Amino acid sequence: MREFINLTLGGVITGAVYAAFALALVLIWRSTRIVNFAQGAMGALTTFIALSLIESGQSYWVGLVVALLAGLVLGAVIERLVIRPVEGGPELNAVIVTLGLFIAIQALISVLFGVNQRAFVAPFSTIGFTVGDSNLALSPNTLFTLGAVLLVMAGLVALFRFTRVGLAMRASAFGQEVARLLGVRVGRMLTLGWALAAVVGSLAGMLIAAEVTFVAPTFMDSLIVFGFVAAVLGGLDSPIGAVVGGLLLGLALSYVRGYFSDTLTGMAALVILVVVLLVRPGGLFSTTQTRRA
Amino acid sequence: MSDLQTPASSPTAGAATSDAPSTATAASNASSAQAAGGRTFLPRNTLLRHLLVLVLCAVGAVVLLETTDLGFNAQVGYVAFYAIAAGGLTVLTGLNGQISLGHGALMAVGAYTTALLLDAEEPLPLVVVFLAAVALTSLVGAIVGVAAARLHGPYLAGATLALAVGLPGLALYYRSFLGGEQGLTVSSPDRPEWFTDVIRSLSGGSPSGVKWIAYISVACLLITYFLLANLMRSRVGRTWRAVRDQEVAAELAGIDLGRWRVLAFVVSAAAAGLAGAVLALVVRLTAPTGFTIVLSLSLLTAIVIGGLGSLLGALIGAALLVFLPRVLRDAGESLDMDAAQAAEISYVVYGVILVLVMLFAPAGLVGSIRLAWMKQRARRAAGGTTR
Repeated sequence: MREFINLTLGGVITGAVYAAFALALVLIWRSTRIVNFAQGAMGALTTFIALSLIESGQSYWVGLVVALLAGLVLGAVIERLVIRPVEGGPELNAVIVTLGLFIAIQALISVLFGVNQRAFVAPFSTIGFTVGDSNLALSPNTLFTLGAVLLVMAGLVALFRFTRVGLAMRASAFGQEVARLLGVRVGRMLTLGWALAAVVGSLAGMLIAAEVTFVAPTFMDSLIVFGFVAAVLGGLDSPIGAVVGGLLLGLALSYVRGYFSDTLTGMAALVILVVVLLVRPGGLFSTTQTRRA
Repeated sequence: MSDLQTPASSPTAGAATSDAPSTATAASNASSAQAAGGRTFLPRNTLLRHLLVLVLCAVGAVVLLETTDLGFNAQVGYVAFYAIAAGGLTVLTGLNGQISLGHGALMAVGAYTTALLLDAEEPLPLVVVFLAAVALTSLVGAIVGVAAARLHGPYLAGATLALAVGLPGLALYYRSFLGGEQGLTVSSPDRPEWFTDVIRSLSGGSPSGVKWIAYISVACLLITYFLLANLMRSRVGRTWRAVRDQEVAAELAGIDLGRWRVLAFVVSAAAAGLAGAVLALVVRLTAPTGFTIVLSLSLLTAIVIGGLGSLLGALIGAALLVFLPRVLRDAGESLDMDAAQAAEISYVVYGVILVLVMLFAPAGLVGSIRLAWMKQRARRAAGGTTR
C-alpha cells in the first residue's frame, strides 16, 4: 500500500512536468500547426546554461531566471529565423526543420558543455517527508516542482483569458486572416507564442533536471516523447487536455516503473500513444470530427 | 505518370498541391532515366535498364573494393548499411509521404536477429540468417505500419519517435537474452573457399574477413536498390505517389489508402531489417547505444540531403554520413576538443544542413539538379516553338 501511494505521488509529480512540457507543445501547435520536436533539446540547452552558471558559484535562482530568459530569446529567434519560412507550408517540411533543430541543438550542447553527465543540485531538499516511520515520495523539492508548474499554468490561463495580448494570440491561432484584418500583428503573436512555449519548455527542463539529479546532453530525449504522448492524449489542441494527459501519463508510467521495470517506460508510452491514436485519434477530449480535403 | 507530364508543368503542378510534401519530393517524381526525353543510350524497357545499371554498378563496386585498402573497404560496409536503410526510408517518405523516425529501431530488430542467429552452435547459412532478419523486421514493420497508416505528419513523426525511444529499452529489459547495456557481440561468418579463389584470381591480393563482409554489404545494397528501383517505377510506385499527393482522388480511383500505406511501411521496414543485418556484420556489435534517435535522424538527414524519393540521393546521403564525420572530427581535434566532443560536431552540421536544405532547396541535391535540368529543357522547348 505504501508503495502504491509513493508511486502515485511520484506519478503526479513527473506528470506535472510532462504536463508543463505538453503545454509548451500545445501552445505552438495551436498557433502554427507545428509540433516542435526541438522543444526538448532547447530546454536541455537552457538547462545547461543555467547549470554552468550554478557551477560557477551563482545561486540556483539566478540560473533559473537566466534559463527562462535564454528560452524566451531562443524561442523567438528560432521562430523568426527558421520556422517562419515553413509556416503554413507542407507539414512534412516543418517536421523535418524542427527535427534538424533537435539534432543540431542537442549536438551543440555536447560540443559546448561536453558529453559527460553532470550533477544537478536541486534547489530544495530531496529527502522525502516522513509520516509515521515511512518515507513519502514527497519532498520540499517536489513541492517546489508542483508549485512551479501550477504557477505557470495559472499564469498562462490568466494571460489568455484576461489580457489583450492573450486575446490577440487566441485570435491569430483561431483565424490568421481574420485576426490580421482586425489589426492583430499576427507575426508578432506567433513569435510571442514560440517564445512563451520555449520558456515553459526551459522550466520543464530545469524541473526535470532537479528530479533526475544527473544530466547529460540527451536527458530531455525521453521527455520530448512523453510530452508529445501527453499532448496527444489531450488532443494536441487543448491546454486543459495537455495537463490532464500529462498527469495520466505520469501516473501510468510511474506504475510501470514501479511494478515492472524502468526500462519499459518507453515501450509503455508507445503503447499508450498508439492505442489512443487508434481508438480516439482526436485525443481523449475531442468533440469535433476532423475534416478532410 | 511522368511520361504524360510535360517537363514544364511538373515543378509548378507539384507546388500547387498544398497538402502534399510537394517540392520536397520533386526528386521522386521525375522519370529515372531520360526515358521520356528521346535521346538516350539506355534501353527503354525499365527492367532491362535497371539490370544494365545493376551490372555496371556491380563491376564498379568490384573495381572500387579491389583498388582500395582494407580501411576503405570497411567504410564501404558502413556506407552500404546506411544506404540500404536510407533507400527504404526514402521510398516511405519520398514516395508515400510518410515520415518515420523509427527506422533506427527497426534496424535494431534486424541487427539483434542476426546477432542471435549467428551466435548459434551451428549457424544457419548467411542467406537464411539475412532472410530471417528481413522477415522479422517486416513483421514488426507491418504492426507499426497498421498504426502508422492512420497517422500523418507530426502525429506519425511523434509515434515513430516513441518507437525509436521505446524499443531499445526491450534490450535492457530482456538482459539475459539480448545482452543489456553491453549488447551482443556478433561472431563473424566464415568466408567460403570460392571467395578466396575468386579474389586471388582477380587482384592477387589476400582476401580477409573485412573484404568478405564488404562484398556481402555491397551485394545486399545492389540487390535492395535494384528491387526498390523496379518497385518505384512500377504500378506500386505510381499508386504510392497517388496516395501521397491526392488522398481523396486516390480513394475515388479505388485505391485503399490504408493497405498501400501499410505495404509501403513493410517494404521500408524490410530494407531497414536488411540494413540492420549488414550493420551487425560490419560493426560486429549490437548494443542499445547503437540504435538511438540519432541513428534515425541521421537516416532522415541522408535522404533529405540527397533528395526525398531518390535512391541515388539516398546513396549520396549515406556516403556523406560516413565520410563527413571523419573530416569534421579531424577539424574538431585540431581545435583541441576531445574525441567525443569532436564527434558531435558532425551532428551539429547534420542538423544545420537539414534546416538549410528544407528552407532553400527542399528537393535536395538530386531533386534540385533534376528540377533545374527540367526547367532548362522546358525553356529550350518554349524558345523553339516561338521562333
